[in-house]
Amino acid sequence: MNRKRRTLLKTGSGATLLSLLAGAGMLASRAAQAQAWNKDAFETHNLAETMKALGGGEPAQSKDIVFFQTPDIAENGAVVPVGISSNIPKTESIAILIEKNPNMLAASFDIPAGTDPTISTRVKMGQSSNIVALVKADGKYYVAAKEVKVTLGGCGG
Amino acid sequence: MADPMKIRASIVGDSTEVKVLMNHEMETGLRKDAQGVVVPAWFIQSVTVTYGGKTVLAAQWGPAVSKNPFLSFKFKGGAKGEKVTITWVDNKGDKRTDEATIT
Repeated sequence: MNRKRRTLLKTGSGATLLSLLAGAGMLASRAAQAQAWNKDAFETHNLAETMKALGGGEPAQSKDIVFFQTPDIAENGAVVPVGISSNIPKTESIAILIEKNPNMLAASFDIPAGTDPTISTRVKMGQSSNIVALVKADGKYYVAAKEVKVTLGGCGG
Repeated sequence: MADPMKIRASIVGDSTEVKVLMNHEMETGLRKDAQGVVVPAWFIQSVTVTYGGKTVLAAQWGPAVSKNPFLSFKFKGGAKGEKVTITWVDNKGDKRTDEATIT
């Protein structure tokens, strides 16, 4: 898509038509996202704000949330493996929050019945920080944290 | 159009384990290029995995997920030869759907 845009720009013809199309496309996509993506939650900077955006109260500390595949020291902050498993019954969602990133919420996973409350992915970390696992189970929120030291940040440039 | 995802879905015990590697830049919108111009944010916002017409995992992502995201999870059930379908949508409205056969 980008490559096509470049060639069109180079030829110079139809530039106005292109900008119109791009504008319309952007508007349409923004409307579609509004329902699906929780923008407020992804722009929060601390746990209290995130909880407010997600509509939950004070989360309880839990020992039933287990981190796996998550290193104590990450050499490259751009790719930090994170695995979170919840042993709390009726787990509905698992969210990964990184305390010292510019925006705290990294990812949130909805776990329907029948799916293991265990996910593993990779995230970026700007600096050494706590990774917070936020689990929603049976309408209540639970948290657990793990500190990960980063020797090379992933948000620089 | 974005490059295809690499998906592996295999039976482990009574569950199906799904591993996905997506091809996406995942720009945070905070990084600057060599000229000091901010690179606009470009990241996957939502991921949906379906099996047999039922959603088995729905995720919402922010820009803090790594470039070329990896995701792995398990769901109960699943049969050999059946298909798992994965769709992602990014913040530019671009989307991609790929499917894999369970082995």
